[in-house]
This record gives sequence, structure tokens and C-alpha cells, in this order.
Amino acid sequence: MNNKTILQLVDLSKSFGAVKAVNGVSFELKRGEALGVIGPNGSGKSTLINLITGFVRPTSGKVIFKGRDITGIPPHKAVNLGIARSFQLARPFYNIPVYKNVVIPVYSPRARKHLGAKYGDRDEVAIHLLEDVGFERDSQVPYKNAGELPHGYLKRLELARCLALDPDLIILDELFSGMSMSEIASILPLLERIREEGKTLIMVEHRLSELFRVVDKTVVLNFGKKIAEGTPRQVMAVEEVTSAYLGSEVISNA
Amino acid sequence: MNPGYRKERIDRGIKVRSDDVFVLASMRDLLYVVLPRALVIILLLIFPAFQDILGSYWQNVMLSTMVIALLALSWDLLAGIGLVSLGQSLFFGMGGYLAGYLSFTFGWGPLYTLPVATVGGALLSTLTLYPILRLRGIYFGMITFAVPLLLSRVIEVTKILGGTEGMSSLPSFPNTGFELYLVMAVLFVTVYAYRMLVGTDYGLVFNAIRDNDRAVVAAGYDIQWYKAQGVFIAALPACFAGAFMTHHFQFVGMPAFALDYSILPLTSVVIGGVGTFFGAVLGSFVLVPLSELLREFGSLRVVVYSLMLLVFTIGLPEGIFRFVLRKYHQFERLVPMEEASNE
Amino acid sequence: MVANLLIYGLVNSVVLMLTALGFSLTFGLSGVANFAHGGLYLLAGFLAWIFINSFGLPAALGMILAVIVVGILGALIYRFILMPVRGIVLSEVISTFAVGVAILEFFRWKGFVTYDFSLPVLVQGSVKISGVSIDYQRLLIIAIGLALALLLWFFTHHTRIGLALRGMSQDEYTALSVGIESDWAGMLSLALGAGLAGVAAVVILPLGIISINMGYDVLLIALAVTVLGGLESTTGLVVGSFFVGYAMVITSTYLGPQWGEVVYLGAIVLVLAVKPSGLFGKSKELEERV
Repeated sequence: MNNKTILQLVDLSKSFGAVKAVNGVSFELKRGEALGVIGPNGSGKSTLINLITGFVRPTSGKVIFKGRDITGIPPHKAVNLGIARSFQLARPFYNIPVYKNVVIPVYSPRARKHLGAKYGDRDEVAIHLLEDVGFERDSQVPYKNAGELPHGYLKRLELARCLALDPDLIILDELFSGMSMSEIASILPLLERIREEGKTLIMVEHRLSELFRVVDKTVVLNFGKKIAEGTPRQVMAVEEVTSAYLGSEVISNA
Repeated sequence: MNPGYRKERIDRGIKVRSDDVFVLASMRDLLYVVLPRALVIILLLIFPAFQDILGSYWQNVMLSTMVIALLALSWDLLAGIGLVSLGQSLFFGMGGYLAGYLSFTFGWGPLYTLPVATVGGALLSTLTLYPILRLRGIYFGMITFAVPLLLSRVIEVTKILGGTEGMSSLPSFPNTGFELYLVMAVLFVTVYAYRMLVGTDYGLVFNAIRDNDRAVVAAGYDIQWYKAQGVFIAALPACFAGAFMTHHFQFVGMPAFALDYSILPLTSVVIGGVGTFFGAVLGSFVLVPLSELLREFGSLRVVVYSLMLLVFTIGLPEGIFRFVLRKYHQFERLVPMEEASNE
Repeated sequence: MVANLLIYGLVNSVVLMLTALGFSLTFGLSGVANFAHGGLYLLAGFLAWIFINSFGLPAALGMILAVIVVGILGALIYRFILMPVRGIVLSEVISTFAVGVAILEFFRWKGFVTYDFSLPVLVQGSVKISGVSIDYQRLLIIAIGLALALLLWFFTHHTRIGLALRGMSQDEYTALSVGIESDWAGMLSLALGAGLAGVAAVVILPLGIISINMGYDVLLIALAVTVLGGLESTTGLVVGSFFVGYAMVITSTYLGPQWGEVVYLGAIVLVLAVKPSGLFGKSKELEERV
């Protein structure tokens, strides 16, 4: 393994009872790369993320992050090593103001170590981060309860919470789902900037055409198995991939 | 209501504010803000002076009210972390038995047993609950419901810690007035400390765990460790209450794990309102005296507070405290529909 | 001695299973942990007693009537108490708990605490099985218990409606798309659960006198065996009952009857601490380390 590799999965598997949600998946990711993970519903994409981030313990296989075996470590430790994730279902802390939602990760052990936010500054840091993802500081929005946010903003909030951790690897679970075309268009430059900062990105997506504008590499899952890997153009040429998607509307949009 | 009119709610002038920072423009505004708090505190402080008028009976009622208030505060803090306790008597009994044991075995007076039992009891309770803190939902409720009953059964069958007889003839406090002020002081400190706590970022993490525990984990917190800290902090006043009552009764026994110490605090918070701490205290000051008035009806009073629990859970989930607060800060008036639409 | 242990262990296990069946069914079908279970159980017992002794109804009729009334009450509890707070676990638990306590303490206040309260056995007499005398009522309990468990397993695993209901407790949207209305399903699950608590009461209570505190014990027993077996598993319920049932009989025989309660309370605490998904639960949720 060369030292530019940041993440390596070796034959990773997870079964729930008789169901093999993830079945022997291996791939490598270099620092600064952006990887798209695609596949039909129930193909094990979310489980794969849970395995990498430690939310679910794998049945077998290895996860190697920055040269260190992190297989099955508790999720909070994975975060402290530099893996941040968002959730498919963006659930904020409903009863807490939006900017305080970001204070939670800003106050976290990793962020305190990395950003060095002093006491009292944290609200400011949080609002700054919110501005970065497209909230307007002077509007009332950051001070509202997060429960009142419209869906598009929730996704941005998720993103701000990830960035607050100053991660090396960001894993975004269906960031684009439920967003309008214009919302996605406004968030693409932000993803571009995250990449320019040298951060590694994994995106699980259904919206292929938008995804392919961000990532330079794609892994395709079907029934928990990796059926293709390569550039977007390469994987879409694989017959198995198109047949896995056949009949689903996603391909017609792509 | 007249169909031509609608109800309008208006904030009183003083509520020109952002969050909790009031803009005080006059003496009247100052009174408006300070009076309700000052009244409560003054009333509480002078209460023990009325010993001759009220008699020791109502002093004891006051005492148990404040003890239940401490348990209710503890419940409220736990609920703020998303942990629903159905057995506050666990903490009460832990503190009570620890104080009783130390006093009975080593002859310690309350001066030593109270602090040791408060901290030690909280530690013991936290250790007991630690293995299940990773679970969500009803599991915490189930275990807090079962553990106190289990402990009292174990004490019964193994005859340890005095068995069914309990431990008696323990040292007491100098006098009732002292007891009242002691509990009152702890009550004030607890309310103040808890209000402070939830205002900090550290306290914010607790509320975040309640709202969405996975997102807190995803921010890199070891939430089991955080929950354990929360349980410890919540157990402190409850264990103190147990230890205090041990010396008050000069006795500790299986009643320390009784269902009363679980249902009364729970009902108090639900009546007063979850999440404000003031609500928890207010609830106990409504519920406990009421249950004393109903004492002659035997277990009917338990029925009454079960029903109150039910009515408030379904009918007024915000609780009395928030309700009163809103009424105090706003007034309602009827305005004709036309006028309203012109505004 | 061994035959004694085996047979009374079996009786005790089936008693526990029957006691917990209603709780387990309600939880499995609608995800509601019905903390009023113990209250409903005793309510059925006292209602049957009132029907038989005050109204002079025949024993069997009084018991069936009691079961029906309690079942209807279950549906009403869902409609008027749970529906407004549906989805808020905290409020669901608190309100059902309050209902249970209110029922139990109401009977205590009304003076249902003396030794006069017992239900008649449905079938008199006893039989000797390999030297152990066992009365027909206990055999009836075993028969009813096993039959109901089988029936329920069939209902939840092999009938369309049962499967749909079970699916609903996991994913409401899917169930809606199959054409099941969640409020109707919730009422049904509470009614069935309460009715089963009633059935358990009228066949088990004739073994002894009815006491109020039994209501609290019933809830704890239900918690113990369902937690042990895994909250959402029917197989788990059966195995959990036999586990706790035999453990209780063995400890009672060798250490003394007062240890019985320690066993099931200890089981709750131990299982939750060590393997919270129970022996048979494969809950994905619990496997996630959050």
C-alpha cells in the first residue's frame, strides 16, 4: 500500500441473519480523490458506510484508514481519526437553534483539538461554518429552531456539521436526494472547494448525472457485491451495471 | 365566541428581548421581571418561621415536597438526555441505604454520611446503569423500573442491610427548621446548577443526544460516556434526598425503594412541565400537598395522581409552568376581524 | 423429585408465557410497550369475580365476558389515550403506566385486598402423571397456553393481516401502501393484547387468591420473559418463558419460594446488560453501536 492511499477496504462483509448486506467488497481510495458509490436500492450502500464509520461491526474483512487497521472501532473513534459522515435521513437536533446544531461538532473532542475554538468563540465558529455552506448570517435562519428548516437547508446543515470536524475523509450519504436541481447546482461549487482543500470524498448517490460531475471514480454495488469499479464512463459501459439498473428511472435521468 | 372577532395574543412590552436578555426600561419593568422570582424565594425562606401557625405536620409535608422536588429535578435532567426513568426510587434507595449503612455500621453522623452517600450513591447508581446506557427507547425505563424492585427483593431474601427490618435508631438532625433550610439550600443549588448546566455547550450535548443520538456519535462524542456523566449528575440530588430522609426518619428500610418515590417525581415533572426544572419544582409543590390532603382516602390518592399523570401527558404536555409563563408574558384580547386584517 | 421439577417447571413456564403473551403481541404488532398490562390482567380477574359473584353468572360465561370487556377497554385505551401521543415513546410508556397503576390502586381503594377474592376452577379434579399429582386446571392452562402461542405464531407469520401488522410496527409507510390504516391496526393490537391478558387472568387466577400486587408482578414477568427472548420474537417468548419458568421452580425448590421474584427481576437486569436484543432478537437497530 503506498502512502498516498487513505482508505482501503479488504474483503469487507456484513450479514444480518441470512442476508448478506455487504459481501466481500474491496477497494482503495487515494488522498484527495472523490469516490461515488452507486447501486440500486438495498444494494448495501448505506451498510457499507456504516461499516467504514464503525456504526456497524463487520462480519469479516478489514477497514484500513491512513495505514491503520480501524476494523470495528467505535464510531466516535473513527470520527476522531478524521472520518466524518452525513446521514441519508437528515435529522437535525430539532429543539436546538440551527447554529447550536453546529456548535455540537465544534465543541467535539476532535474539533477542539483541530480548530482550537476557545470558549465563547464556538457560536462564532459555528455561524462561520453555516455561512460557508450557504446560510445567510444576517437572516433569521441560523437562529431558528432546526425543526423549522426546509429540507434543502437540512442537507446544508448536515454538510456544515461534517466540515466542523475538519475531517480528512467525508462520507456523504445521499446528499442530493430530495434537493431541487437549483439547490444541487448551488452546492456543487462547495463540494468543488472541499476537494480543493485536499479532503477525500465518498458520495453515495442515486442522482447519477449530478454525482458524475463531482467524482472521479465510481464503485457499483449490487446485492452487496462490488460489480464494477472505474471512472463514471467506464462503469456505465459495463453491461452488468446497466442491467442492475434496468427499469429503474435513475438510469433514464442519468 | 362572536364570529366577527378573533383572539389576539400580545406580548407585554417587556418582552422586547432576544433569547433571555431583557431590556429593562423602568422600575416597573424591573419588578415585572424580578417579582415572581423574588416572591417564590422569599415565601420559601420565611416558611419555616411559621412553625407555630402551621404546626409540625405541614412542616413535614413541606419537607417531603422538597424531597420529591429533588427527585423530580433529577428525573427532568435525565429526560433531557433522552433517558426516561420509571424508577427514581433507585437513586433514592441507593443514597438512603448508603447513608444508613455508614451510619449504622460506623456510627457516622449526617455531616459525613450526607456528602459521602450523595456522591457514593450517585457513583453506584451510575455503575449499575452503565451497561444499559447504550440502549435506546424504553429499555432505560424498564431497567430503572426493575432494579429498585430487584434490590428490595434481594435485601428481603438475603437479609443483608437489616433485611425486612431495615436499620433504625440512626442519628438525626438538630431540629426541623435546620432540616427545612438544608433541603431548601440543596434545592436552590440544584435548580441553579441544572439551569446553568443546560445553558453551556456541555449541557447542549445532553439535549442533542436526546434529539438525535447518532448525529452526536457522528460528531465524535463517546455518548455512552456522556450519558454516564449525565446519570451521575442527575443521581446526585436524588441520592442526597435518600440520604437526607434516612436521617430524618432515623431509619432506612425497604420502603426506600418503594414505588411512591418513582411515581411522585415522574408525575410532578409531567404536571409542571418537562425540561424547565422550574416546572419540576412547581409540579411537586402542587402534587405532594395535594396527595397529603388526600391521605385519608388511602390508595385513592395514587389513583388520583395516576389520572393527573394521564391528563397532563395527553391534555397539557407543556405542563403548568410553561402555561403560566406564557399567560404572564402575554395577554389576550378580542379584536374585530377587520381591525386585525388591517394590521 | 425430578419428575416434580419437570412437571411444575412446565406448568410455571406456560403460566409465565400466557401471562406475557398479550404484552408481547401488542409490542410486536404496534411497537407499544403496554405498561398497563398488569392492570388489565387484574381487571379481568376482578371483573370475572364480580360477574360471577355479584351478578350470579355461570363461571365460564362470566370469564368470557370479562375477557371481552377488557379487550374492548384495550381498544379504547389506544383510541383515547395512545392516539394523541402516538410516536412519543416517553408519553406512551408514561400514559399506559398511569392507566395500569390507576386500575390497580382503584381496586385496592375499593377494598379488593382480602382473601375472599378467588375465581372458581373450570374443571375439578386431578390426575397423577409419573407419580406427580397435577390438577386439571393446570393441565387446562398448559393446553390453552400452548394453543394460543401456536395460534399467534400462525397469525403473525402466516396470515396476510398478521404479516402486514407485523410489518407495520417496523415500517409504517409500507403497511399504509398495503392498505392498512395504522390507527385501526393499533386499536386491534391493543385489543388483542388486552384480551390475551384477560384470558391469562381467568385461567391462571383460579390457582390461588387474587392480590393487587400481583398486577405489578405480572407486568414485570411480562417484561422479563419478553426481554429475555428478544422483544419482537414469538419463539423468543416461548424460550424466554421456559428459561425463567424453570429457573424460578429450581431456585424456589432449593433456595426457598421467596427467591422466585429475584430470578425474573434479575433476568431483566442481566439480559439488558449483557445481550439487550435477547436470545432471539436480531434487531438491526440494536446491533448498531449508538
